[in-house]
Amino acid sequence: MASEGRLRLKTLVMVSAMVICANAGDLMLKRAMLQIGAVELTAPGIAHAFRMTVTSGTLWIGIFFLGGFMLSYMTVLSWADYSYVMPAGAFGYALLTLLAVIFLHEAVSARRWVGVVLICVGVLLVGQTKPRTTDVSREALA
Amino acid sequence: MHVVLFLSFLIFGSTGGEIAITYGMKATGEPERLRPRELLRFLGKALCNTWFWAGVPLMALSFYALLVLLSWEPISFVIPASALSYVVGTLGAKYILREDVSAARWAGVVLVCAGVALVALG
Repeated sequence: MASEGRLRLKTLVMVSAMVICANAGDLMLKRAMLQIGAVELTAPGIAHAFRMTVTSGTLWIGIFFLGGFMLSYMTVLSWADYSYVMPAGAFGYALLTLLAVIFLHEAVSARRWVGVVLICVGVLLVGQTKPRTTDVSREALA
Repeated sequence: MHVVLFLSFLIFGSTGGEIAITYGMKATGEPERLRPRELLRFLGKALCNTWFWAGVPLMALSFYALLVLLSWEPISFVIPASALSYVVGTLGAKYILREDVSAARWAGVVLVCAGVALVALG
């Protein structure tokens, strides 16, 4: 049972890293593009936007976080079920709503709150199940 | 009709891609420890896996379909509709990856799917 607990713990750590990196990455990209401004769809406009994006520190921080997301996603899938990781990752939508309320003081509709509650209950239900139901060693040999 | 076609590209592209990547990761095997050196070795091994590279173009197709759909339809339709991929992905996990999807996991997936659709509607 000790290994079951360890599996659950490292899955929780990796899924949390996934959710945090994906949200932080998206927020940084959004912030970088707000600093750069709307892209004009003309040759000089696109060239200007390209120069601005490759030199934007905020954008590179965003890309760094998205790289972190991909690595944690790949790592957790090396041991956990896809049908466990995929719904658990949706917790990010709920987290984003909470962050928007706390830091950006956004008004959130009743419908969106219902959605957040459904996601949290759904993630809790999935979280109760065993993170791995397939035999990894058998697949590694195949 | 085109919307249905691109929506199926979006849903089947993303779930197909993720299932291929999951298959590749299971074949790669988990890193022994979660230390930078072991993770780098793990990443190198994963990048040599054919299933990983089968998944990447499928996910690119799904991303392209998302962009096309967003140019036709409002985001309040596209994102809730794409939440169906939670259900399609779970079916794929059960029948392709042979994962044991219990009743509790199914109930969780359906709640998450409905919740994501509601959050996206705003």
